[in-house]
Amino acid sequence: MLVPAVMEHSLFLIEGGKPMNFEQIVPSMPFILQGIWVTLQIVIIAGILGFILGIILSLFKIGRIKVLRWIADAYTSIFRGTPLVLQLMIIYFASPQLFGIQIEPYTAAILAFGLNSAAYISEIIRAGILAVDKGQQEAAMALGVPYNKMMKDVILPQAMKNILPALMNEFITLTKESAIVTVIGVTDIMRRSYIVGSDTFSFLEPLLFAGLIYYVMVLVLTVAGKWVEGRMRRSD
Amino acid sequence: MIKVNGLYKSFGKLEVLKNIDASIDEGEVVVVIGPSGSGKSTFLRCLNLLEQPTSGMIHIGQEEITNKKYNPLKLRSNVGMVFQHFHLFPHMTTLENVTYAPIKVKGLKTADAKKIGMELLEKVGLSDKADQYPNRLSGGQKQRVAIARALAMEPSIMLFDEPTSALDPEMVKEVLDVMKSLAKTGMTMVIVTHEMGFAREVADRILFMDGGMLIEEADPASFFTAPSSKRAQDFLQKVL
Ligand SMILES: Nc1ncnc2c1ncn2[C@@H]1O[C@H](COP(=O)(O)OP(=O)(O)O)[C@@H](O)[C@H]1O
Ligand SMILES: [Mg+2]
Repeated sequence: MLVPAVMEHSLFLIEGGKPMNFEQIVPSMPFILQGIWVTLQIVIIAGILGFILGIILSLFKIGRIKVLRWIADAYTSIFRGTPLVLQLMIIYFASPQLFGIQIEPYTAAILAFGLNSAAYISEIIRAGILAVDKGQQEAAMALGVPYNKMMKDVILPQAMKNILPALMNEFITLTKESAIVTVIGVTDIMRRSYIVGSDTFSFLEPLLFAGLIYYVMVLVLTVAGKWVEGRMRRSD
Repeated sequence: MIKVNGLYKSFGKLEVLKNIDASIDEGEVVVVIGPSGSGKSTFLRCLNLLEQPTSGMIHIGQEEITNKKYNPLKLRSNVGMVFQHFHLFPHMTTLENVTYAPIKVKGLKTADAKKIGMELLEKVGLSDKADQYPNRLSGGQKQRVAIARALAMEPSIMLFDEPTSALDPEMVKEVLDVMKSLAKTGMTMVIVTHEMGFAREVADRILFMDGGMLIEEADPASFFTAPSSKRAQDFLQKVL
């Protein structure tokens, strides 16, 4: 019988391995927890950078200037079409060739995540703007409202309703994906749990602990997102 | 006040307006009627440059608005427009809808704009709704706010594109009444509507369009009793 055999096999693996021992990582827990701040800093600053750049790119995309539209589309296409870890490694390891100096891993992480999420965020904002009823633009135009004011006062506030939930998702993705900064040596949650693992020769416990931290962070963001969404809906 | 000469408008290959000539005097109320798809909306939207005419000339007052150098923003604060689907700004209160353009376009002080806004809401009978958001209003109320919003820019011409077509029947009258009293103030109005009774009562002149052409223009009495073109006769037979 297949199923019990497989189960026996996996049971055997666990029995054959070392039993889990969370006690031995307790002294290292503060060290890992301090990584939350590192991760948060990267995610928040990169998020803000991505948001600002994303707004600019999205305005290029919906604007009438062909060159800008082309640049924004090409930008998005490239950053969405290549692995994030590749972008991160290019920015970090090739920084002497790119910028003439070796930048800090931390800076490279913020740059890579900021530039990458700008591509996704610009698509989110573009879609959010296009989802606003075209009549809104016409009504503003018919009142003689100039383009910039129309965008700022009429279109963007309404687009925000479509944008915010998707933006929250992007932020959650960013939080999880930020774990790859470990490849350039940023001491985030991931890296720290890996370090603890190599010190104690036991990886499962610190990695599970890191997983728990990420999961809680994502849950908090999800709840916050739901709350914001609820608030927006109430103002409808 | 408005002079249209040889106006053409195409969307790609589709020719929607063909050689329209029309002139509208100051204070005149002109109703445009015709079958759906005949180009009435497009004609109206050319008058405030929401659509760019393909060729031909439009003068408003002394200005040739079809001149490439002409700034459409300048025109639009002088020509108000009311849409079939209201297009109120949903994130602004009724009063904010009315005061937004005077403040942001004309540079009025908030207090002054509010005073004017309240007077206008009073005029359309909605001063008690000043702090409500549009989603709390009925269709007829929304359209009256939209009229007040357009009037707040103190335009000298008002364009109406089927202002009552999206309304439940019981709300049509309240909007038409507002338009009637506006007509009495001497406002120059161009109105696209299917409300034939209203057209007959309020219009100084009827323009009948079909297939992108201006087929007939006449005063309402003669148009509704004895239309001269075959197409207008057929159309009236269907709608009356
Ligand atoms: N933006 C546009 N792009 C392409 N075709 C259009 C556009 N606007 C209107 N049309 C077409 O032009 C014709 C006239 O439309 P319209 O002016 O709205 O007529 P009406 O208001 O008399 O019903 C219709 O065939 C319509 O499909
Ligand atoms: Mg129409």
